[in-house]
Amino acid sequence: LVFTEEDKYGLYSNLLFKYFLAEGIVCGHDLFVASAKEHPDNILKELPAPLLDDTYGKELGDEAAAIKSEDFQESMKIAWRYQNLPKVETSPTTYTKFGHYYDVSKKMSPELCQSVKWHSFYLHEELSSEPKMKTCNMNSGYASLLQSIQRIISQEGFDGSDPQKKQRNILRIGIQSLGSILWGDDVCCSDTPEDSHSLTKFLYVLRGLLRKSLSACIITVPAHLIQNKAIMERVTNLSDMVVGLESFIGSERETNPLYKDYHGLVHVHQIPRLNSLICDVSDTKDLAFRLKRKLFTIERLHLPPDLSDTVSRASKQDLAGSAKLLSSGCGAMAIGKKHLDF
Amino acid sequence: QGKLTLLRDTRTDGSFLVHHFLSFYLRAGCKVCFVALLQSFSHYNIVAQKLGVNLAAAKERGQLVFLEGLKSCLDLLFGDEEQLGQPSPLQFLSGSTSDLRALFDFVRVSLTPADGDSWKGPVLLVDDLSVLLSLGAAPVAVLDFMHYCRMCVCCQLKGNVVVLVHSNEDSEDEENELVVNSLCHHSDLILWAEGLATGFCKDVHGLIKIIKRLSLRQAEQDQVQVYQYKIQDRNVTFFARGLSAAVL
Repeated sequence: LVFTEEDKYGLYSNLLFKYFLAEGIVCGHDLFVASAKEHPDNILKELPAPLLDDTYGKELGDEAAAIKSEDFQESMKIAWRYQNLPKVETSPTTYTKFGHYYDVSKKMSPELCQSVKWHSFYLHEELSSEPKMKTCNMNSGYASLLQSIQRIISQEGFDGSDPQKKQRNILRIGIQSLGSILWGDDVCCSDTPEDSHSLTKFLYVLRGLLRKSLSACIITVPAHLIQNKAIMERVTNLSDMVVGLESFIGSERETNPLYKDYHGLVHVHQIPRLNSLICDVSDTKDLAFRLKRKLFTIERLHLPPDLSDTVSRASKQDLAGSAKLLSSGCGAMAIGKKHLDF
Repeated sequence: QGKLTLLRDTRTDGSFLVHHFLSFYLRAGCKVCFVALLQSFSHYNIVAQKLGVNLAAAKERGQLVFLEGLKSCLDLLFGDEEQLGQPSPLQFLSGSTSDLRALFDFVRVSLTPADGDSWKGPVLLVDDLSVLLSLGAAPVAVLDFMHYCRMCVCCQLKGNVVVLVHSNEDSEDEENELVVNSLCHHSDLILWAEGLATGFCKDVHGLIKIIKRLSLRQAEQDQVQVYQYKIQDRNVTFFARGLSAAVL
């Protein structure tokens, strides 16, 4: 269960969301898209087009100076980890790299979109039907979404209930802007929401559904709007992976020379620890993202070298401050005029 | 015998302690009732195999009673009443009752020794208690549940209870803090796993504080021991602060 905290204007989290779905289409997984904001048909029309291997190779050659390829591999590994039941083998494919790359400036062709089976849930169309399951004091929007997911899972046999089905597939579920007022939940509006348990109950049941079926789910939540921090803590405990996107738009960091190459930061709050005592932790936890014309990339945060002698006191303190944030291993860190190496 | 052990984690994941206690008690031949609210059975099974214990076999021979919270919850919401037979232990979810009596009854029935049982003392293991609050149980109901379990398992059946809770410094989750603080006062032993205050480190995963209550009645100082630890694939290594293998 991948939980994404949206950035303030929702631009970049939307992009991540679309990447998740596009990856599903390219891998041949089934999709389930739920939203209360946009009609899922519209979401699907706007997925980025996949880059074919050969064209990407050329692009990479052009930009080789700027991006190291192992950085790329690393960032894909962190950002695209998703959860499946351990007993399942994914379809036998021979991808040399993990995941695919996408061209943000082009839309995915409709034929490719239609090649997989997809289900949609648009809240305002579904509200008319009564949920048949026991709602147990949950918000009715969430309850009907859960029921819809459960119905798809059992009908399409993702939970292994149909022994006839030889070809097992994975269901990718994407839920947009959960917890926002559009879902009928006031957790984003007030400090003491009327029903503070709806969101957490929803997540728990969703987690149960995901664990017992071959599915993976990404949820985006406007976390900056949720004022009750207790709920955010509980939600973090209930998710496998929590990623926060902080964009620099409109914040003071936009003009900070440290961050001039990037559009925002990626905070990895929690990594899944499934089926093992350890979790796969990378060397560094400081990631930043940038959106170029064609590519959305997530990279390790590199501080530019502090070469000037006449650097003013304020920015030097800034440098030291953010160097403290960058904690990588137990190695010593050279703070000050030296170039910071990772 | 008859002890309440509290596992507490802050800024990190303390579930390795749960895995440890699970395999420890099973290997010791105790009858274990495991209320697993957060993960699926296969997750625990796979980790337990790495630690040398087979959960499925333990379940077969009646040594382990496993309540898979996620599955129970789904059965309650999406299943038919007739299929279940008996009331679900997570009855409080459906809103009909606000206390955790059904869960306690489940625990009591599982751990009461049946004829022909040759297991050593019963053990109740809960992972984790904070989830009950997220699901809508009131903190008082959770504390009542723990109280009843302690009376039944620790006092009557002379067994042990091990419970995992999450807590955070400057947490705004007051209900959770209430439950955690109350349990701290009632525990005989507290194992507190904390993430390092200075941030993330590859070689030292965290700090563990072992707080032993010497006596609940007298105002003696609790015994506190502090170690750092690193989690590996099959075990966890503990060492004194600052003496990680990476440094020496």
